[in-house]
Amino acid sequence: MWTYALRRLWQSLIVIIGVTLISFVALHIGGDPTYLYVSERASAEEIAETRAKLGFDKPLHVQYLSYLGNLARGDFGNSLTHRTPAMEVVLERLPATIEMTLLAIIIAISIAVLTGVLAALYHGTPVDGSIMTMAMLGQSMPSFWLGIMLILFVGLQLRWLPISGHVPLLSPLFAGDFATFIENAPNALRYLLMPSLTIAVFSLSRNSRLVRSSMLEVLNQDFVRTARAKGVSEPSVVTKHALRNAWLPVVTMIGLEFGFLLSGVVVVETVFSWPGVGRLVFNAINQRDIPLVQAAVVLFSLLFVGLNLIVDLLYVRLDPRVSLR
Amino acid sequence: MSDSPLNQPNNSLPATAQLISEADTLRPRRRAWRRGVRSMVRARWPLVAIFALGLVVIAALFAPGLAPKDPNRQNIINRLQAPFQTERSGNVEHILGTDGLGRDVLSRLIFGARVSLLVGFTAVLIGGTLGTSLGLLAGYVGGIVDDVIMRLADIQLAFPFILLAIMFLVVLGPGLLNLVLVLGIGQWVTYARIARGQTVSQREKEYVEAAKALGARQASVMFKSILPNIVAPLIVLASFNVASVILAEAALSFLGLGVPPEVPTWGGMLAESRDQLLAGRWWLAVYPGLAIMMTVLSFNILGDWLRDFLDPRLQGSR
Repeated sequence: MWTYALRRLWQSLIVIIGVTLISFVALHIGGDPTYLYVSERASAEEIAETRAKLGFDKPLHVQYLSYLGNLARGDFGNSLTHRTPAMEVVLERLPATIEMTLLAIIIAISIAVLTGVLAALYHGTPVDGSIMTMAMLGQSMPSFWLGIMLILFVGLQLRWLPISGHVPLLSPLFAGDFATFIENAPNALRYLLMPSLTIAVFSLSRNSRLVRSSMLEVLNQDFVRTARAKGVSEPSVVTKHALRNAWLPVVTMIGLEFGFLLSGVVVVETVFSWPGVGRLVFNAINQRDIPLVQAAVVLFSLLFVGLNLIVDLLYVRLDPRVSLR
Repeated sequence: MSDSPLNQPNNSLPATAQLISEADTLRPRRRAWRRGVRSMVRARWPLVAIFALGLVVIAALFAPGLAPKDPNRQNIINRLQAPFQTERSGNVEHILGTDGLGRDVLSRLIFGARVSLLVGFTAVLIGGTLGTSLGLLAGYVGGIVDDVIMRLADIQLAFPFILLAIMFLVVLGPGLLNLVLVLGIGQWVTYARIARGQTVSQREKEYVEAAKALGARQASVMFKSILPNIVAPLIVLASFNVASVILAEAALSFLGLGVPPEVPTWGGMLAESRDQLLAGRWWLAVYPGLAIMMTVLSFNILGDWLRDFLDPRLQGSR
């Protein structure tokens, strides 16, 4: 267990160094990055001054080391549009994004398990067929298009849910203000539902298929047959024997899913005008606010690496066979 | 295995013998082809998918001939016309309506197929070639080469892919070439992982030993002997991959990081539709999305069928 954990930690460290290297390369791949930090009308002196100030006149390896140092302090430079440290701007928007992805994960996993198990139990019947057809469709539509369709039909036509807006839920909680959190919750959920569903549909569909196949595999195994032969009731066979084993591949997926959900955040937040990191990145793209884009992408990648590490370590607790490999 | 040097027709054989051996190598292939068509007809949906993709490919190839209007001709008088609206002359001029600049939606939809397919196929070709080569190399050579390549793969996987693409495209600037390169290079990891795993399992097989014993060079062993035997799962992957690249292209075009805005793309049309959403101009959003979904769905169905067909052991799984 401990050697496995140490090895995983070491791997994560290498990956994190790689992440910083790639983001450094991304900054320099278009040539002298000074031009990304000055306005188009900047004079030659201004450009030279900015270059010296940001250290872009030094050799590359020196620049990388100072970049690493800044990164360790969370310093990505000032956002060009907000004029405040880029990381602060990103962190301020983070709670709204976490609210959305968290609810999305909950929706994705719970519905995926439910539909996947149903499809497996009714294998080969119309129930199975329609669930799998829905899953196939869900995997084939662009998430932001689904968002637009929800706005059009659920929001504008039926007027069931608000099409944009946001009630803070996690930021009062982080500030320790429980009363506001409880008070805001019902309203916040109304605003959260459509964006979270939109972002969840792709992984919901994929995982539904995954749960189904994993469940089918388990249901055919000897210990399930034995349990049935012993006269264990069918619900108990499904929940206690089969599901517990079919879970494992899904648990590994959760960490990776988080990455996919974060990928979707930029487009989906833009569709719903959600005040999170995703829309911040969208605006930063249009204003070519490079420090802000860098801060957001690197932060998301680090979150992703950290989460995968945690999931992998949890997995060892769930399935002791892993640490033997 | 029919492509390994051992099975290839020997040039020193008399002409008739060579013909016979050629016929022998052809027959299993033709049989596989026929088996494929039969299995496809039996499964029905893949056939529908091929038909749908055929339509998209034809639309892309013959867009200038098929499109009823010039996709970029603006006509402010006719702007935001709903689908199937009859003109004063009694004709329907714009079957799927017009957008905010009075451009014909159907024509833009037809031209939009070009970018989606072009980007989908080229990016997968780039990523597939790069990833397969690196995976073969890692699996065959092993050691430090293997370590470095696979660690690089891990690092790239640590970035949520769209975010990585955004980071590079913001610096490089949008454009078809940059888009294809970033999407293509973004795909190599999965191919490399599969190619490596398969190569490791094939490395010790007799036909590889035989090719080596016959004095084949390393590159020849990798690409002529091993590659044909590991290509099946890579083809399946490529089919799914075209689907996901088309989705990614749509997302990036939606964000304004794709091709220049005057080139019609499905993702770009969806981005423009946002301004008209509150006014209820549904046709601007519905049709491009349906076009993307039809194309992506077809590739996914084909991928599913290919996987079942090429590897019957996996039938019905996933």
